[in-house]
Amino acid sequence: MRKIIKYVTVDILRNRIVLVYTAFLLITSLSVFALENNSTKGLLTLLNVILLVVPLVSLIFSTIYVYNSAEFIELLVSQPLRRKTIWLSLYTGLASAMSIAFFIGAGIPLLLNHADTSGFLMIGVGLLLSIIFVGIAMLAAVKTRDKAKGIGVAILLWLYFSLLFDGLVLFLLFQFADYPLEKPMIGISALNPIDMGRILIMLQMDVAAMLGYTGAVFKEFFGSPTGIGFVFIVLLLWVFIPLWLSVRNFNSKDL
Amino acid sequence: MIIASNVVKKFGKLKALDDVSVNCEKGQCIALIGPNGSGKTTFIKCILGMVVPDTGFITFKGNNILHNWVYRDEIGYMPQIGRYPENMTIGQVLKMMKDIRNSKKELDEELVESFGLNDLLQKRMRTLSGGTRQKVSAALAFLFNPSVLILDEPTAGLDPVAAEILKAKITKEKQLGKLVLVTSHILSDLDDLVTQIIYMQDGKLLFLKSIEDLRTETGEEKLARAIARVMTNN
Repeated sequence: MRKIIKYVTVDILRNRIVLVYTAFLLITSLSVFALENNSTKGLLTLLNVILLVVPLVSLIFSTIYVYNSAEFIELLVSQPLRRKTIWLSLYTGLASAMSIAFFIGAGIPLLLNHADTSGFLMIGVGLLLSIIFVGIAMLAAVKTRDKAKGIGVAILLWLYFSLLFDGLVLFLLFQFADYPLEKPMIGISALNPIDMGRILIMLQMDVAAMLGYTGAVFKEFFGSPTGIGFVFIVLLLWVFIPLWLSVRNFNSKDL
Repeated sequence: MIIASNVVKKFGKLKALDDVSVNCEKGQCIALIGPNGSGKTTFIKCILGMVVPDTGFITFKGNNILHNWVYRDEIGYMPQIGRYPENMTIGQVLKMMKDIRNSKKELDEELVESFGLNDLLQKRMRTLSGGTRQKVSAALAFLFNPSVLILDEPTAGLDPVAAEILKAKITKEKQLGKLVLVTSHILSDLDDLVTQIIYMQDGKLLFLKSIEDLRTETGEEKLARAIARVMTNN
């Protein structure tokens, strides 16, 4: 397994997109902290950039990479290697490349400017989101045979998690405005890893007051150690379930 | 050595393999013959575990190959269209395969040398012509001294010199007691190579005969004519 991870990582590093992505994150985070004299405001701006860009790049890059490695995968499958090993090596290579890019691009500026709980949480959430969306991308790529369709699915998934989901939640809230939805909202937000990350960090930064009564309920839940534990368990489930499904699919895929 | 029992594979509505059963033994050189789309490549991919049969099973030396991977250590596969990571050079591909197989057996670099690949090691895979690609595929299939060779259209795209080198190599390996499975549409290439013929049509295995039987039955000396006679009789 180590050998295949080595070849995948070398191949990804040769790809300039990851370097551009790292540079983009680095420039954004450095300039955000340089522009705002209040570093909490900087953190909030950076949070929004990260929650938008990290899932997008992880999803699209990984999907395209898996499709472009079709030949490589085919070559490996005809060799004495377990399919699971091949797939997990590919995943490990992609996930570590995306995580390293995020850590260099956003993690280091965060540590320099905002080395407190919310800074650390943000690095944790960013890293988790990177690997979650690599997993989701690999599931999308293994499920669809056609490259154009697969990339389309990846873009739609990103739209869903970043924009549509919030719209749906808002719709639900308005439709059921007469009912106490605060507690069920905690459960609903677990359906979207991006939202989970956003809520967790927002509540660390004491801007929860702006969220009204829902914010108060959220604060009570997510502000407690149980809440933080809950978020990380949910995010870990988001890492493992898509990955497990994609491995299962790849094991019986015809090449 | 390789036994397939009632293998069925459907792609949507199309039955790519329809109840195929076959028994391949050591020392045989078996030609898979049939019109385009008759399921030859699908059958080969089933043996390699690249395509998973819907029903039926395949055993390799008595072990079911489903979810097994160790057995592929004894197989050398030359695909119909060799597809390799485009950014790698020939040298890197060869090195990577050696690294991945990590074979303790002695390497057989005869084809690498006789195809003159040593002079092309710096060339990137994407710049290669179809024929050179085939040479790389062939060299890789024989590299690890496998006991089973599976060659899908080995001579297609090769120049006459290279095709002769490859045929000589196949004959040599056959005499060493290896099992060779080969598909080809160039029947004249197979004449003095094969011992057994499998004829497939529409996913069905129509017959498995030794070449002598086929010659006596049809009364034709040349394989191409014998097969043509079978096809018209059907």
